[in-house]
Amino acid sequence: MNIVVCVKQVPDTWAEKKLSADDKTVDREGVDGVMNELDEYAVEEALRIKEAGGGEVTVLTMGPDKSVETIRKALSMGADKAVHLVDPGLHGSDALATSFALAKALGTIEHDLVILGVESTDARMSVIPAMLAERLGAAQLTFARKVEASDGGVKIERQTDSGYDVVEASLPAVVSVVEKINEPRYPSFKGIMAAKKKPLTTLTLADAGIEADQVGLAGSGSEVTEFSPRPPKEAGQIVKDEGDGGAKLAEFLASQKFI
Amino acid sequence: MAEVLVLVEHVDGAPKKVTFELLTLARSLGEPAAVFIGNGYDSAGDDGPKEKLAEYGATKIYVAADGDLDGYLVAPKAEVLAQIVSSASPAAVLIPSTPEGKEVAGRLAVKTNSGLITDAVGIDAGFVARQSIFGGAINVQAKVSRGTPIITVRPNSTAPEAAPAQPTEERVTVELSESATKAKILDRVTEKRGGRPELTEAAIVVSGGRGLGAGENFSLIEKLADSLGAAVGASRAATDAGWYPHTNQVGQTGKTVSPQLYMAIGISGAIQHRAGMQTSKTIVAVNKDPEAPIFELVDFGIVGDLFTVVPQLTDEIDKRKA
Ligand SMILES: Cc1cc2nc3c(=O)[nH]c(=O)nc-3n(C[C@H](O)[C@H](O)[C@H](O)COP(=O)(O)OP(=O)(O)OC[C@H]3O[C@@H](n4cnc5c(N)ncnc54)[C@H](O)[C@@H]3O)c2cc1C
Ligand SMILES: Nc1ncnc2c1ncn2[C@@H]1O[C@H](COP(=O)(O)O)[C@@H](O)[C@H]1O
Repeated sequence: MNIVVCVKQVPDTWAEKKLSADDKTVDREGVDGVMNELDEYAVEEALRIKEAGGGEVTVLTMGPDKSVETIRKALSMGADKAVHLVDPGLHGSDALATSFALAKALGTIEHDLVILGVESTDARMSVIPAMLAERLGAAQLTFARKVEASDGGVKIERQTDSGYDVVEASLPAVVSVVEKINEPRYPSFKGIMAAKKKPLTTLTLADAGIEADQVGLAGSGSEVTEFSPRPPKEAGQIVKDEGDGGAKLAEFLASQKFI
Repeated sequence: MAEVLVLVEHVDGAPKKVTFELLTLARSLGEPAAVFIGNGYDSAGDDGPKEKLAEYGATKIYVAADGDLDGYLVAPKAEVLAQIVSSASPAAVLIPSTPEGKEVAGRLAVKTNSGLITDAVGIDAGFVARQSIFGGAINVQAKVSRGTPIITVRPNSTAPEAAPAQPTEERVTVELSESATKAKILDRVTEKRGGRPELTEAAIVVSGGRGLGAGENFSLIEKLADSLGAAVGASRAATDAGWYPHTNQVGQTGKTVSPQLYMAIGISGAIQHRAGMQTSKTIVAVNKDPEAPIFELVDFGIVGDLFTVVPQLTDEIDKRKA
């Protein structure tokens, strides 16, 4: 089975995330990048499916040059090869443009199963997997907390508010995974060494057959018009419990009309 | 005035509160038109979906109830909406910012080649959406620049206000495409669920963390929640330990909540937890460590042992209610 796992490099969780003043996009240059934590689960799940049933795992990333760090991490975890879609023209792509570009890049890779994280920690939209399924005309099996995949098809447990849905489809399919699904492995020393020799293909817009006005700020369907840091919160009242902490808290809640 | 479509989120026909919030918001922007997809529209009586949607101001209701719409995942809803968008040319489409709502919105954006904005906390004239990003650190205004604005709106962003209307009804005939019926739902499994409000919809959320020390101590949180009519949330430390179901986790890898009141009990306030609750209107914490980062966010905090503070608080609330 040909499995493609989409991973994204995002600003480190602990870094102060910023929007750049000039074009109002996420500042990715000024901060340390890490693999979107949720995508580690996607990589792990892809590797497990391959280990159980055979096949090949390809990593796909769209992002600036430094996203190579994230690609290397996925390769050192055990993915077989990687495709990096990188082009200055991609800068500022929103979900509409990103899903378009990823679908185009996927057009250059053989794939039966595409696996993604359920959400990126910077954009936090949680829409790319569904949009990609729509663009590819493939089955959408998202929010999976359990995946069973074989050449015959895929069955997942989709996490819902009240429990889970059992959903089934034949291939090709797009799957997104929640963090409950597995425990991602750490790259071993051997894995890190091996990763350096694994094939990495770089795609420009032209290589992927993408026109300049289909992606980037020009190809996006939405734009940030203004932004400002949230006004600092007024310092709250903090009281040490002297035996009447619960009562004091009740008083506060009553004063705010919650009781 | 042009129609503003609102996708009705419902359970077996009964619309959820967020639907009324969106109808209220839509009314400030155009003609609110509800889109009801799935089973249950005709079954309910006086308090049925039609009456409720009318009560909150829907001037039109599109109903797509035939076919096996509930048997497939997400795609059919986007297909129905796309069909209505192309025939009605609405000014915008508003969809609840729930996991499924966002997926429907994403697919609809692709189908109609339209811009998409998710997780709006408000919408102003000209469909300028307000968002709060990076765990609440930055407020953003965003606009759709192509096609029909498709905006998902977070539950609890607007107070629902009744404004009775006499809606017209339009039945939508659906012919699902082959590609919309690829992901079949074989079974829907309901795991444990009390009579409490749903986490993302609740006006009050009481969350417990590692400070509770053991799963059985979540009964303290549940009692407090029930005294306030609140939903129960949990930190990842608590769900990872198996003390509370993962579906109740609040944070970066759990639910995003934005209630009127959020109470963090025995939760330190790690950045990943904050990401899911920081936009709550009022924040309260009980923690024995005065240095816990959660105190940077609170409107009111008690430094103390939750095992004495929480029972006293619950008693006090019950007394005041009696
Ligand atoms: C990729 C990733 C994603 C994550 N996603 C999430 C997420 O979605 N949601 C989430 O919550 N976390 C998430 N985390 C985990 C997060 O970093 C923290 O580890 C977690 O939030 C800590 O939970 P906690 O506050 O309950 O526990 P702790 O940090 O251990 O805090 C427990 C608190 O309880 C207090 N306490 C102890 N005993 C008492 C007592 N008797 N009375 C009063 N107070 C007491 C302590 O002083 C302490 O402040 C994520 C982490 C990663 C790496
Ligand atoms: N630029 C990108 N390159 C590769 N994968 C991506 C990219 N953006 C998003 N994804 C994938 O889509 C998932 C959901 O992202 P989002 O919809 O932005 O929250 C992520 O977890 C990734 O797996």
